[in-house]
Amino acid sequence: MQFDLTPEELMIKDAVRDFADGVVAPGAGHRDETGEVPLDIMQQMGALGFFGIPFSEEWGGTGANTVSYALAVEEIGRVDASLGLGFAAHVSLGCSPVYYFGTPTQKREFLERAIRGEYLAAFGLTEPEAGSDAGGTQTRARRLGDTYHLNGTKIFITNAGHAGYIVATARTSDQSRKISAFIVPRETPGVGVRCDYKKMGMRSSETCEIHFDDVVIPEDHLLGAEDKGFHQFLDILDGGRISIGALSVGVAQAALDASVQYAQQRRQFGKTLSAFQAIQFKLADMAMEVELARTMVLKAAWLKDQHRPYAKEAAMAKLFASETAMRAASEAVQIYGGAGYMHDFPVERYMRDAKLLVIGEGTSEIQRLVIARALLEEHPV
Amino acid sequence: MKILVMVKQVPDTATRIRVAEGNASIVTDGIKWVINPYDEFAIEEALRIKERLGGEVVVVSAGPQRVEEAIRQTLAMGADRGVHIKTDEALDSHVVAQALAAVARAENFDLILTGKQAVDDDAAQVGPLVAVFLDVPQVTVVLKLEVDAEHQRLVAERELEGSIEVVELPYPAVITAQRGLNEPRYPTLPNIMKAKKKEVRVESLQALGIVPNVKVRTVSLSEPPERPAAKILTGDPVAAAHQLVELLHAEAKVI
Ligand SMILES: Cc1cc2nc3c(=O)[nH]c(=O)nc-3n(C[C@H](O)[C@H](O)[C@H](O)COP(=O)(O)OP(=O)(O)OC[C@H]3O[C@@H](n4cnc5c(N)ncnc54)[C@H](O)[C@@H]3O)c2cc1C
Repeated sequence: MQFDLTPEELMIKDAVRDFADGVVAPGAGHRDETGEVPLDIMQQMGALGFFGIPFSEEWGGTGANTVSYALAVEEIGRVDASLGLGFAAHVSLGCSPVYYFGTPTQKREFLERAIRGEYLAAFGLTEPEAGSDAGGTQTRARRLGDTYHLNGTKIFITNAGHAGYIVATARTSDQSRKISAFIVPRETPGVGVRCDYKKMGMRSSETCEIHFDDVVIPEDHLLGAEDKGFHQFLDILDGGRISIGALSVGVAQAALDASVQYAQQRRQFGKTLSAFQAIQFKLADMAMEVELARTMVLKAAWLKDQHRPYAKEAAMAKLFASETAMRAASEAVQIYGGAGYMHDFPVERYMRDAKLLVIGEGTSEIQRLVIARALLEEHPV
Repeated sequence: MKILVMVKQVPDTATRIRVAEGNASIVTDGIKWVINPYDEFAIEEALRIKERLGGEVVVVSAGPQRVEEAIRQTLAMGADRGVHIKTDEALDSHVVAQALAAVARAENFDLILTGKQAVDDDAAQVGPLVAVFLDVPQVTVVLKLEVDAEHQRLVAERELEGSIEVVELPYPAVITAQRGLNEPRYPTLPNIMKAKKKEVRVESLQALGIVPNVKVRTVSLSEPPERPAAKILTGDPVAAAHQLVELLHAEAKVI
């Protein structure tokens, strides 16, 4: 058993933390109000190698690992959950499918530029009729000669407006679950993207609707094997859950930090709030849950780095961490009292942002399904 | 250009410092150690000069095992290799400067850069002492540095009270950096990974021929007196303003 981070993991964490505090934190509250997507910051992150953390140097990656990546997402998420979401979606959902299933040509053409931050990458799975039940995809890809023709609609897709490409799932057969994944360059004629949702939280993360209107893409833009898209995206979602877990730890940590600080400053009944046991217990519970959530996220990341099965652990990490973030943010608002309800303090933002974490990349209900399914498979009678 | 940067590892400026038992040292448990911020300007300047003119940036630091981490951080920023003078002893500026000068002397550096002072003890002695030991010119508290490689000369700007002083000198020389010299870069993450493979040579005082003859010893350390709790004026703004003026005059004696 070894709980220490390696020197490289520590240095990556510290470097990202400095960047988060110095570059990301100052405008986070303002961006939440305007809904402006900080593309310039994302480009800097690309130039500093943030997007390549879990990928090998061969494809322009940083050559680190999933643990380092989780630490980095946590640090960004701690100061700006919206940016953390854009970061996690870009790397785990946009880049990973090409990294794991792409051909060398696809990696050279699409992945390397995404890792450098020349453009963002998006993952289009969710549809109006296929959310939790992503296998119910209705977008259709028809093969015509050496091309595929795509028709359909994707909703709630992160980063699609500034994406260079969208990894989109579509049915390649009328049989159910015969789904394939495609790399759809954003500029392909027939790709319509609108990013004007009005969101509760994650307001400076870009969320878009995508329409494929007879979009013609060459056959070599098929990602992996035809009809294997269902299993591919399940793999991708497993990895993505580690990043949403890490993002959740960041939000929860921010809520805890804010609470510990405020509780020692605010005075009522002649004492600081921190002198009241009821408040101390809240702080203790928050601190405990943050620690447990982080430990589980890093364990799932570590398992992935060891090339061991990690799907169940990733679901546990995502579930526990996101629910921790939601509880911690809600308690932070409680500790701040009326002030916490106001925009002047960041805790109400944490609460609005945290709600996405128990929904995106599989709702809490779906995580429980995944865990239970794995559990019952492990113990047949 | 072959550049030596001398760095010190210090407690993070955000750390709350507590005096350890015996009143001669601080509690080091739980301290986050960082590179002295002024030394970061020195590293950044060295890297920029190297990017313009080519050459090599070598970083040296003296201290216990943990100091290697600071050296690795400079390698992650882009320095080429490091020298760690490993010692657990409590040294004074004089001995540290002797050791650093010994490392500098062993290789011929064109330029030696360091921070104008370390934020832990604020002694501001090491840069100047190294220049004296090496018998090279020095400019302290530098805000701007230009290298004229063709004529082997430096032009440095220093900020004085109400004016900017421009000085010119030949190199090899020692330059100490002031805040404002540049904006230190964030290390790129691929460079962090590569830093692992770069050389950090470990030296000892003995191997450098230094007898740690410490002359200046810390006799005692004490915490500054606690500040009295802040006074918060509430109630009618006009009355509070009157009260504030009265307090500023009578108690704080600032008006
Ligand atoms: C800000 C944001 C960003 C997003 N980014 C992306 C993206 O980049 N790419 C992408 O593809 N998608 C993205 N999504 C979509 C997200 O993954 C889905 O919203 C999510 O998976 C839930 O699907 P749904 O909204 O259709 O909810 P539904 O599936 O309609 O679920 C509604 C409710 O029913 C519950 N439920 C559904 N099925 C079951 C069941 N079998 N048992 C018990 N309860 C069940 C759910 O848990 C939930 O509480 C994003 C969403 C948001 C809000």
